[in-house]
Amino acid sequence: MLSCKDATHLLSEGQDRKLLLPEKLRLEMHLAMCKGCRNYRKQMSFLREACRRLGERQGEAGE
Amino acid sequence: MKVTASELIDDTYLEGIRRDMVRFAHLQLRDKAQAEDVVHEALLAALDQAKDFAGRSALKTWVFAILKNKIVDLIRRQSRTINISALSSEEESLDQAFEAQFKANAHWTPMARPADWGDPEEALRQQQFWAVFDACLRHLPENTARVFMMREFLEFETTEVCRELSITTSNCNVILYRARNGLRRCLQKSWFSAGEQPC
Repeated sequence: MLSCKDATHLLSEGQDRKLLLPEKLRLEMHLAMCKGCRNYRKQMSFLREACRRLGERQGEAGE
Repeated sequence: MKVTASELIDDTYLEGIRRDMVRFAHLQLRDKAQAEDVVHEALLAALDQAKDFAGRSALKTWVFAILKNKIVDLIRRQSRTINISALSSEEESLDQAFEAQFKANAHWTPMARPADWGDPEEALRQQQFWAVFDACLRHLPENTARVFMMREFLEFETTEVCRELSITTSNCNVILYRARNGLRRCLQKSWFSAGEQPC
């Protein structure tokens, strides 16, 4: 059984590499039971999206 | 109609684009003078090339691409003289604050359990959010920020980041993890905590 801390490690690494199947399964099992870590996962995607948008805001055409 | 870079750039436009570029470079390099220099170089390189553009939008994209390359060169050079994976006291205190969110069994403490941030678009639409986000990025320790920015802003694959900065993959993962957790907590505190409390 994964701890929340283990789950956060995997959720961060999931942004950088494809997780292995066993990792994914254990993670999904944990997430199914843990609202906090489900929120954490959404927050990780939010961070990526915000960074992407910030890059676009700086690089976008504008006067 | 296609026009050259120097035809597209007048003084007002140049100042605007320069300001955006300096902000972008400063976030990554953490040094105002260095940021000014690298932007200067990038602009000169851009103006120097007799390339044709379909308009300012295409020009800006291209100028930023040059800037990103120059920033990467600079980071690459610096990474030979500084130890990216060395822990400063700032990094240590981030790690401590992170650990404090967990109980002895490595599950969240009730206070620290991540809250629902609601509809992300809502935040991303707000001008004030970007000021907070910017401040949170600047708040990250320097080396942590450098690795994170390379990954998320210069959009390198993690393996490339590790190679460019001569750090191991596991070290890279630790640093990115630290950066994301630091940002997460900063945004929670400075932006989202006005919303619902973690249950």
